[in-house]
Amino acid sequence: MKFITIDKKDWAKGIEKSRETYRLFGPVKDKNGFLIKRLEQDILPDMEYHDSIMSAKSILFPQTEKMLSTTLDDSKKDHHIMKRDQIDTTPRAIIGIRPYDAKAIQLVKLNFDTDDYRDPYWCDAYEVTTFVGLAINKPGPFDFSTSTGTGPFCEEGLDILLADLDDQFLAKVLTEKGETFISACGFDTIGDEKESSALFDVLRKEAEKNIVSHIETNKLKEKTILELHEAPFWDDIAFSCINCGTCTYVCPTCWCFDIQDEVKQKDSVRLRIWDTCMSSLFTRHATGHNPRETKVQRVRQRFMHKLKYFFDKYDQGIMCVGCGRCVKSCPVNIDIREVCNIMNSYEKQD
Amino acid sequence: MENPYLPYPVRIDDIEIATEDKSLKTFKFVFLNPEDEDKFSYHAGQFAELSIPGVGEIPIGIASSPVEKGFVKFTVFKTGVVTAHLHNMKVGDIMGIRGPLGNWYPWDKLENKNVVIIGGGFAFTTLRSSIIYMLDPANRSKFKNIDVVYGARSPGMLLYREELFEWEKRDDINMHITVDGTDDPDWKYHTGFVPTIVEQNAPKADEDTYAIICGPPIMIKFTQPSLTQLGYKEHQIIMSLENRMKCGIGMCGRCNIGKELVCKDGPVFTLEQINQTPKEY
Repeated sequence: MKFITIDKKDWAKGIEKSRETYRLFGPVKDKNGFLIKRLEQDILPDMEYHDSIMSAKSILFPQTEKMLSTTLDDSKKDHHIMKRDQIDTTPRAIIGIRPYDAKAIQLVKLNFDTDDYRDPYWCDAYEVTTFVGLAINKPGPFDFSTSTGTGPFCEEGLDILLADLDDQFLAKVLTEKGETFISACGFDTIGDEKESSALFDVLRKEAEKNIVSHIETNKLKEKTILELHEAPFWDDIAFSCINCGTCTYVCPTCWCFDIQDEVKQKDSVRLRIWDTCMSSLFTRHATGHNPRETKVQRVRQRFMHKLKYFFDKYDQGIMCVGCGRCVKSCPVNIDIREVCNIMNSYEKQD
Repeated sequence: MENPYLPYPVRIDDIEIATEDKSLKTFKFVFLNPEDEDKFSYHAGQFAELSIPGVGEIPIGIASSPVEKGFVKFTVFKTGVVTAHLHNMKVGDIMGIRGPLGNWYPWDKLENKNVVIIGGGFAFTTLRSSIIYMLDPANRSKFKNIDVVYGARSPGMLLYREELFEWEKRDDINMHITVDGTDDPDWKYHTGFVPTIVEQNAPKADEDTYAIICGPPIMIKFTQPSLTQLGYKEHQIIMSLENRMKCGIGMCGRCNIGKELVCKDGPVFTLEQINQTPKEY
C-alpha cells in the first residue's frame, strides 16, 4: 500500500493543480452548517469540518436531475422524441468525504447498478468520480458507524483515505483512481509504509474508542419480514412522527426518487427528483387507493426497508451506515438506534 | 446497456373506444423505428410505461399478444393526469413506450396444465394477451383445458367484446362471461359476480390446474375463497398486482411489498409468495 505525506502548507497548491483535470467537490460552510458542494474557483474544501448536514450522495444523485428532454413544437424535427442530453464526463473528485458516506455510496450502488438494469445517470457519475476520504479522528456522539459495518477509518468505497495529523495529511492511496488523483495534485512525498500503516492503526483504534453508541443487528436476519411487519411496536415508534421526510433527505443511503415532466413554452424536460417514503403521495394510486395511507405504515416502511428488506435482499448488512444524521435532524427525536434495537430484540409472543 | 429511461418513439396508429361509458380506450401503437419492435420483445403478462413528453408516464399492462406482430396495444382507463391526456390524443400523435417491464405469467410452468383465467372489469388486458397467446395455433397444444371467467358491471363494460363472443363459439376454450346485471333480454351469458361464477363454473383443482387472477382488489379478495373451496392451493393461484410506479425498473423505491418490487420482481406473483409479504398493494 502506498502512503503519501502532504504538508498542509502544500495542500492548497496541490488541490488547485488538480483542477486542471478534475471538477472538485468538498465540504463548504453554509449558513446552517457544512454541505458537500461543488468547489467553485478559489474555494478550497474546508478540511476542518466535522460533519455535514447533507451527505455526499447528491454529487452522484442530485436533488433534481435532468434525465431527458425534447421539443413539443410539431414543426421541429424529432418533436416529442425524448433524448438524453450530453453530460459532463470530466473526472470529478469529492475531497473530504467521510468514510461512512463513501460506504453509503457502495450501498446505493446496489440499487442503481444491477444485473438487469444500469441507471446511466448515477453510474456514469460514479465512474468518473474519485473518492478522497477524510478519516474521522474524533467521532461525535451521534456516530454509530462501527456497528453498521463501516467506521471512522473505513476504506470501503474510497480511492484515497486521508488522516489529519495536525500539520500534515497522511494519504493512504487505495486504488488506481486514487493514484491518478494524487499525481494530478503533484503530491509525491512517499511515506514509510510500515510506519504509516502503524500510525493509521493507532489513529483508527483511538477514533473507534470515541464511538460510544452502538446498535445490535445480529438477530434481524433470523426474523421473518411478516413477524417484524406485524409487530406491535410500530404505533409507538411512529407516534411522534410528523412525516416531514427530513430523515430521508439527510440519509446517505436513501435513494428513492420521483420522475416528473416539466414544460416551459415548447421545451419539455423529464426530471428525476428526490422523493420520500414519508409522503402519502409516494404510493397513492391514481384511483385514490393508497397502500401506505397512514403515517404508521410509512414509518414502518422506512425502518423495515433499511433494517430488514435491504438486509434480506442483498445480504450485505443493513441499509444504514451509522452517520447519525437522521437522529440529529429529526424534529421529534425518533432514533434509528432505538428502533433497530427494538426490532433486533423483538420476540414474537404466541 | 441502453438507457432504461429512454422510451422508444411510437405513433398512435388507432384509437378504439373500449367500453360504453367511454372511460376506456384501446390504443394501438406502431414503433417509429422498426428495429425497436424487436427490442420490445415481450411475454404475455408484462407491462410497459406509456410515456407522454411534457406530461409523464404510466405503467400499463400490454394488451396485445406476443403472437401479434407489427404493433402493440394498450387499453387505458381514464383516471389521472397522464391517462386523461392520453384519452385526448389523436391518431398520428407521437409519444413513447418504455419496456417491456416486469415478469410475466409463468408460461413454462403452465405447459401441459389446465389454465383457468379469472378477470374482472378492466383488468382483462394482460389476460387478453395471454388468451391470444395460448390460442395461437403454434401454442394451443402446449396447454390442456383453458377456462375463462370474465365479468364486468354490464355487457357494454366488457372489454374486447367481439373477441369474447368469438372465443365463446370455439371448442378449445371454455368461456364463462358474466355481468353484474343487465336489462338486455337477449343476454345469453351469465349474470352474477365473478366469485360466484367461479365457484359454479371453474374446474375443481387438481395438481395440473392453475388459476390466473387479475382484477380489482375487492374481486381478488372474494375470489380467493371460491378458489380455495375448489381445492386450489396457494402456489396454484397466480396474481398480477398493481402499485404506483415511476421507474418501472426496480430503482425508484415506491412499489415494494416487503422486499419484493412489484415493477421488477412482479407484477406476477403466486398467492404463496404474496402471503409471505406485507399486503401493501
